[in-house]
Amino acid sequence: MFYRLLSVARRQRTSPGWQNWSSMRSNMSTAEAQSIALPAQAQVVICGGGIMGTSVAYHLSKMGWTDIVLLEQGRLAAGSTRFCAGILSTARHLTIEQKMADYSNKLYHQLEQETGIQTAIVDADGRIYIRNWQGGILSGGFEKNPKPIFTEGKNQLEIQNLQEDWDHFEPLLSSLLRRMPELETLEIMKLVNCPETFTPDMRCIMGESPVVQGYFVLAGMNSAGLSFGGGAGKYLAEWMVHGYPSENIWDLDLKRFGALQSSRTFLRHRVMEVMPLIYDLKVPRWDFQTGRQLRTSPLYDRLDAQGARWMEKHGFERPKYFVPPDKDLLALEQSKTFYKPDWFDIVEAEVKCCKEAVCVIDMSSFTKFEITSTGDQALEILQYLFSNDLDVPVGHIVHTGMLNEGGGYENDCSIARLNKRSFFMISPTDQQVHCWAWLKKHMPKDNNLLLEDVTWKYTALNLIGPRAVDVLSELSYAPMTPDHFPTLFCKEMSVGYANGIRVMSMTHTGEPGFMLYIPIEYALHVYNEVMNVGQKYGIRNAGYYALRSLRIEKFFAFWGQDLNTLTTPLECGRESWVKLEKGMDFIGREALLQQKQNGVYKRFTMFILDDHDTDLDLWPWWGEPIFRNGQYVGKTTSSAYSYTLERHVCLGFVHNFSEDSGEEQVVTADFINRGEYEIDIAGHRFQAKAKLYPVTSLFAHKRRKDDVELSDLHGK
Amino acid sequence: MIDLNSAVPNSVLRFESNQLAANSPVEDRRGVASCLQTSGLMFGIFDGHGGHACAQAVSERLFYYVAVSLMSHQTLEQMEGAMENMKPLLPILQWLKHPGDSIYKDVTSVHLDHLRVYWQELLDLHMEMGLSIEEALMYSFQRLDSDISLEIQAPLEDEVAKNLSLQVAFSGATACMAHVNGVHLHVANAGDCRAILGVQEDNGMWSCLPLTCDHNAWNPSELSRLKREHPESEDKTIIIDDRLLGVLMPCRAFGDVQLKWSKELQRNVLERGFDTEALNIYQFTPPHYYTPPYLTAKPEVTYHRLRPQDKFLVLASDGLWDMLGNEDVVRLVVGHLSKAGCHKPDLAQRPANLGLMQSLLLQRKASGLHAADQNAATHLIRHAIGSNEYGEMEPERLTAMLTLPEDLARMYRDDITVTVVYFNSDSIDAYYKGS
Repeated sequence: MFYRLLSVARRQRTSPGWQNWSSMRSNMSTAEAQSIALPAQAQVVICGGGIMGTSVAYHLSKMGWTDIVLLEQGRLAAGSTRFCAGILSTARHLTIEQKMADYSNKLYHQLEQETGIQTAIVDADGRIYIRNWQGGILSGGFEKNPKPIFTEGKNQLEIQNLQEDWDHFEPLLSSLLRRMPELETLEIMKLVNCPETFTPDMRCIMGESPVVQGYFVLAGMNSAGLSFGGGAGKYLAEWMVHGYPSENIWDLDLKRFGALQSSRTFLRHRVMEVMPLIYDLKVPRWDFQTGRQLRTSPLYDRLDAQGARWMEKHGFERPKYFVPPDKDLLALEQSKTFYKPDWFDIVEAEVKCCKEAVCVIDMSSFTKFEITSTGDQALEILQYLFSNDLDVPVGHIVHTGMLNEGGGYENDCSIARLNKRSFFMISPTDQQVHCWAWLKKHMPKDNNLLLEDVTWKYTALNLIGPRAVDVLSELSYAPMTPDHFPTLFCKEMSVGYANGIRVMSMTHTGEPGFMLYIPIEYALHVYNEVMNVGQKYGIRNAGYYALRSLRIEKFFAFWGQDLNTLTTPLECGRESWVKLEKGMDFIGREALLQQKQNGVYKRFTMFILDDHDTDLDLWPWWGEPIFRNGQYVGKTTSSAYSYTLERHVCLGFVHNFSEDSGEEQVVTADFINRGEYEIDIAGHRFQAKAKLYPVTSLFAHKRRKDDVELSDLHGK
Repeated sequence: MIDLNSAVPNSVLRFESNQLAANSPVEDRRGVASCLQTSGLMFGIFDGHGGHACAQAVSERLFYYVAVSLMSHQTLEQMEGAMENMKPLLPILQWLKHPGDSIYKDVTSVHLDHLRVYWQELLDLHMEMGLSIEEALMYSFQRLDSDISLEIQAPLEDEVAKNLSLQVAFSGATACMAHVNGVHLHVANAGDCRAILGVQEDNGMWSCLPLTCDHNAWNPSELSRLKREHPESEDKTIIIDDRLLGVLMPCRAFGDVQLKWSKELQRNVLERGFDTEALNIYQFTPPHYYTPPYLTAKPEVTYHRLRPQDKFLVLASDGLWDMLGNEDVVRLVVGHLSKAGCHKPDLAQRPANLGLMQSLLLQRKASGLHAADQNAATHLIRHAIGSNEYGEMEPERLTAMLTLPEDLARMYRDDITVTVVYFNSDSIDAYYKGS
């Protein structure tokens, strides 16, 4: 819930007023609701005439779509838009949100209408904002103890004017008077108590429904509707007209959520946590505290008892790291930092164990699909949807992108050919809805072609490190050496007493090791066996933070963080995972052919920070500007401390903007190599070495040639 | 909260009432009225089932029957005279309503006709002083139930009235009402609503005095009554799964003619061309239906002479008692009373400016009554749905229970209606000292 206090000085009371204000707003409603017969059909029907609905309509018509019906139950802009305080904030912490806000800002100025945008003062500590308003002030805020309500499809008019609750407003009022004591004498005009919509991750919801084609959603603005209105409307309109938006909006995509996040209790708990965060400092690696432990691995309790600290992705609990019994971490509030975090030493020990001995990481959250057919249908559709060649011998694993028409990554996965007609596909955790929708959309309606989501059926354990091979050979009584079990192979075998374990000779970090896909009922048994046998090899648990450090120092891109729908394999040095001449067309091939001919306009690059003091300097996380010879060339997409290099490593895309026009130009390897680079962390620039290929000395063991490009899934 | 002023007999200080719906629409009803031709104040709780029609009808009509029963022969003659000569009737009741209460329809002409038939019969008894309160309550309950049952058997012209009568007769309602006149407290109960007294002994200790027995399968005397009223062969089938004939929780109720009429009568009435589906009438014959009636609206009437130590009366529908025990309820009302004793700054008079508002809000916060209820009934309902198994208040649970979607609410809680009546110990004390 969301409070606004409207207060005007006494002398002003006679002329302007609330009524006045709302009628002023109504000049936005050009089509004042007269009862007009609705057309029987239209190209686009927009439900809701608030700032989002009107913005989408505006942008659609700019793009030439004019057959639009906009439905509004009250007056235009009469819902939560009406209670909008007219504050446009252009300081956002997500790139895409930043872009939407910047665009909105420009658009509103361009429209030159009375949009009510004014300078506002935000007191984030006091959780309030204050602005001038018709001779008085308007102040509101985001309380620490919000009261969630569900509208139950009730008429907007019923819910938009909730009873005032002064006791609830007291902390915000006290903040206001602490900041501006002079306001004490202001006369109270009205306390407005109106509901706002919030989402489970504080980001808005945008995009096409994964189940109803042509049904687009733009909602859940987390009280930033005005800031995003212009940009969000534009992207959604592009999406509807062109089939995709011009920016990467995955962070806001409706499909990042599934049915699992729609439970009423989950939403109630989570929005109560989200709302107070609006004015809180956003620190890196923040985990929500509510709505947790929804999806867990069968090993959750075992790992938790051994000190696991958890993060959540798509409702799934994943271990971050394991706190040793003798070690104390900071309390939650104190652990918030932009500097070296308190888990530094813990992760270091885990990384070291991965390098020198063997670790086990529970990676069960991965999305797992099986695609099976009676004939060649499965192979045919996969060949069309994926850029790499999947017509490989049974037992082989292929890393491949699922590309869109522009050659950009819709998904990045590993696919194992289980037999001639059956494939096992591993995707990032948050791909469960998006990838499913993409496959379903493109798969022919054929009863002999079966797609099954088997995510819940398998527990995934990653045995990582040079001794992984020893542990596994002891448990399987089978030779696991590269001669018998080369890299990127998948075999069903028994581990301990358990049969039917899918063992894959791959890790997601570039270290030697295996992924074990274990039917869930065997998970505890296999885990116990691995830990027992592993004892003499120095086995220990590790978490995703160690994994992250390992993958970034080896220059592995992650979908969802480094890779997105606008980055192509050629831009991140993955030419070898694209088989342009595999004998048939695939989605994105045309675009890649062209790119191959013309060259790429951005290039995924690894940076090793030189003069950065890990203990004293602010850490890079992501989104830091990259400078080449003093010129801005792009932003980082992820970063981690490399315990091996004893340096920070940042990954990011380097562009080549023309000095005259700012236009993007081709980026060559030569362009990358011949620059002096700096990474800007919160205003301080650090020298960095740019690399287009991983540091080879990190691969101490002997490997096959293409191991260098080993997997890189996800784990963000 | 509705405060009573001087118009009210002074043994009642004030009363507080509230209602929380679980059914949609709510099936509970309540009523408070004072008798204008006799002295006395009436409080009622009516818990409907199978719809709200019966509870609505009983809440509208029962108090009139009681008031008429208590009238002297002379008053009844005046009433009859007025009717004969088409003159205005003497006012019978003054209702004390909450603006949010469902609107009481004025007694329709048919209902008034039946009320008149009732007072004509009372006139025939030639009792100068009217019935005793106990008799009045006893007769009124049964008379109203029988009128409800007869109204639908007699042919009715008006389609709307006909359909309404059918809905009333085929739904049901339990009723619990109190009549307070000076130190004389009568409670009449049919069903599983409940009335309890909060008593403070001289040593300051609080206790609970129940004034009703629940009429349900857990009440041994109700069980033996039912067995007595029906052949021995039905001993095993009269209560199945703790329900009357396996269908109804309370053993006494208004309406519910499915459990009162013979099968033939039910069929005859319903075959007169009612659209039972449109009227949302649940038509069924319970198994083992041999010797109706199985259900009665005959109340159990308790008399209690109020003492200075009797501080308050709580009347509530079973929705409250499902969640809280008698002692819990007394404890909560007592706790509420002690807190309400502290002065809490009132927001009704809006302070003039922001500074004054802030200091007022801070005072309210400091007095620790931030969330406290002004109304004891609200306090009881809040605890009924917001307390965990240890009786501790859980705001989270409360929020969850209050924001249940309409179609789910009934699975987690029942309609709850509570009226708390506070007695004026001083005037009760004065009564004893004076006499």
